Amino acid sequence: MTLLGRRIPIFFSLVVWFIVWEIIGRAKLSTIVPPFSSVVIAGFTIVPTEKFSKAVMISLRSFAVGMAFALLVGIPLGVLMARVASLGKVLGMWVNIFVSAPISALVPILMAVIGIGESTVVITVFLFAVFVILLDTQVGIKQADRSLVEMARCFGARRYQLYTKVLILCALPEILAGVRLSVIRGVKGVVIGQLLIAILGVGELFELYSQHFLMEEFWALVIIVFMFAFALSEAVALLERRVEYYASSR
Amino acid sequence: MPAETIVEVKEIDMTYEGGVEALAGVSLALPEGRISTFLGPSGCGKTTLLKIIAGLIPPTHGEIWVKGKKVDGPGPERAFVFQDFALLPWANVLRNVAFGLELRGLPAQERHAIARKHIAEVGLKSFEASYPHQLSGGMRQRVGLARALSVDADIILMDEPFSSVDEQTRRKFQEELLDLLRHKHKTVIFVTHSIEEAAYLSDQIILLSPRPGTISNIIRPNIDREGRNPDEIRRDKNYLDAVDEIWEILKHYV
Ligand SMILES: Nc1ncnc2c1ncn2[C@@H]1O[C@H](COP(=O)(O)OP(=O)(O)OP(=O)(O)O)[C@@H](O)[C@H]1O
Ligand SMILES: [Mg+2]
Repeated sequence: MTLLGRRIPIFFSLVVWFIVWEIIGRAKLSTIVPPFSSVVIAGFTIVPTEKFSKAVMISLRSFAVGMAFALLVGIPLGVLMARVASLGKVLGMWVNIFVSAPISALVPILMAVIGIGESTVVITVFLFAVFVILLDTQVGIKQADRSLVEMARCFGARRYQLYTKVLILCALPEILAGVRLSVIRGVKGVVIGQLLIAILGVGELFELYSQHFLMEEFWALVIIVFMFAFALSEAVALLERRVEYYASSR
Repeated sequence: MPAETIVEVKEIDMTYEGGVEALAGVSLALPEGRISTFLGPSGCGKTTLLKIIAGLIPPTHGEIWVKGKKVDGPGPERAFVFQDFALLPWANVLRNVAFGLELRGLPAQERHAIARKHIAEVGLKSFEASYPHQLSGGMRQRVGLARALSVDADIILMDEPFSSVDEQTRRKFQEELLDLLRHKHKTVIFVTHSIEEAAYLSDQIILLSPRPGTISNIIRPNIDREGRNPDEIRRDKNYLDAVDEIWEILKHYV
C-alpha cells in the first residue's frame, strides 16, 4: 500500500482501520459494533479462561487432523492424477467442481450421515482443504520440466527416484501455493463445521457469544481466528519464498 | 585404421503419435572411439534419432544395438548432453554434476570427489557452489558435459551442445572437447546445424534428408589433426573439401 508516494507498512494501514473502528464503536452507530478497545480488552479476558483453551484445543485438533489427511491424500493423489492420464480425466472434473463449490452446503449432509461430533468437523476441514491441494499439485507435476524427466531417466533414475528427486521438487512451488491456500480454507472449515454443529470448540463459543449478545467477545474471537489463519499461511509463504529462487529461474 | 562398431542402428522407423513420420529406414554403424555427427535440415529427425539411441524413446520399428546388446532403454554406457542443459534448478553445480552418480546410489563423498574432478576438467572449478541460474549458457553446457563425463559412459550423445553459445566460446569449447575426448577414448555422437563444426570435429558425418529422415550420405573427412593447431586444420584441404561436399548435398534441401 502506498500513500503520497510513500510505502507504508501493512501494520500502519491496520492501525488506521482500527482507529476507524474505534470511532464507529464510540459513536454507537450500531449495537453489533463495539469500540475496538473494548474488543481488545474482551480478548484479554477470554483468552485465559478454561472454556477458551478447551475450545481452542478441540478446534486445533480437528484442524490438524483434517489438514493432515488433506495433505496425505491431496499431494499423492494430485501427483497420480497428473501422471496417470485416465485417473486425471476421471477425477479432474470432480476436483474442478469441488474446488469452487460451496462445501459448507455439504456439512448438514455430513451431520446427518456421520453424526454431530468431531469427526464431522474433521471431514469438513478435509473437504475444505483437499481440493485446492489436489489441483495445484496436479498442475505443478504436469508443468514439470519434461527434459529434466528425460535427463533423469537417461542417467538411470528408477521410478521412485523420478518422483522424489525430480517431479516433486519441480512441482514444489505449486504444491506449496496449494498448501498455503488450503490452510486458510481449513481454518474456514473448522469454524463453519463447528458453527453448524454448534456444540463444539470455537463454534460453540461463537454461538454462545452471539446468543447472549456478547459482541466484544464475539469480535475478539473473530480476530483471534483471523490471526491464526494469517500466521499459518504466512509460515507457508515463508517456505514458498525459500523455494522461489529456483521457481523464478525455471 | 578401421575402428570397431560400438553402436548399430538397424532399420529404424519412427512415427510419432499423431502420425508425424520422423525417421524412415535408418541403418548405421558408428565406430568406437570416434566422433560421429548427424547433420541435416531442421525437423529431419536428428534429435529423434539421438534419443532413440539413448533409449529414451522406443522406435516404431527397428533395433539399436550397443556393444553387442540390444537396447531397450537408457543404460550406463550411454550419457546424454542436452540441448537445453536439463540442469536441476534447485541443485548447485556440484550436485548437478554428481546427479548421475547420486541416482546410482554412490555415497556423497565418493560422488562429489568424482564430480569435482570433472568440474575442474571443464573449467568450472570455482563454480561448484553456484546454481544454474547464476551461470551463462556456455557454463551451463559445461555442467551438462561434466555430468555426462562423471558417469564414465563410453558413449556420449550430444544434442547441439554448442548452439547456445557465442562463436568464440564455441570454438574454445570445440577445442576442449576434441582434447578431452581424444584422451579419454570416448565415442561421441552429436547433432549440429553447423557444417563447419561438423567437418571440423567429426570423423564421420551422417547427412540426413528432410522429414522423414533417411540417410542421404556419409562423409568421412579424414583430417589429420595430430600436432596441428586449429587454424592449420581449418586450412587443411580435406577439411575444406568436406565442407564443400556437405554444402553441395545440403543445398538441395534448403
Ligand atoms: N514428441 C513428439 N511428438 C510428435 N512429433 C514430434 C515429437 N518430437 C518431434 N516430433 C516431430 O518429429 C520431427 C523430427 O523432430 P526432431 O526434433 O527429431 O528434429 P530435428 O532434426 O532434431 O530438428 P531440429 O534441427 O530443429 O532440432 C519433427 O517434424 C517434429 O515436429
Ligand atoms: Mg533437434
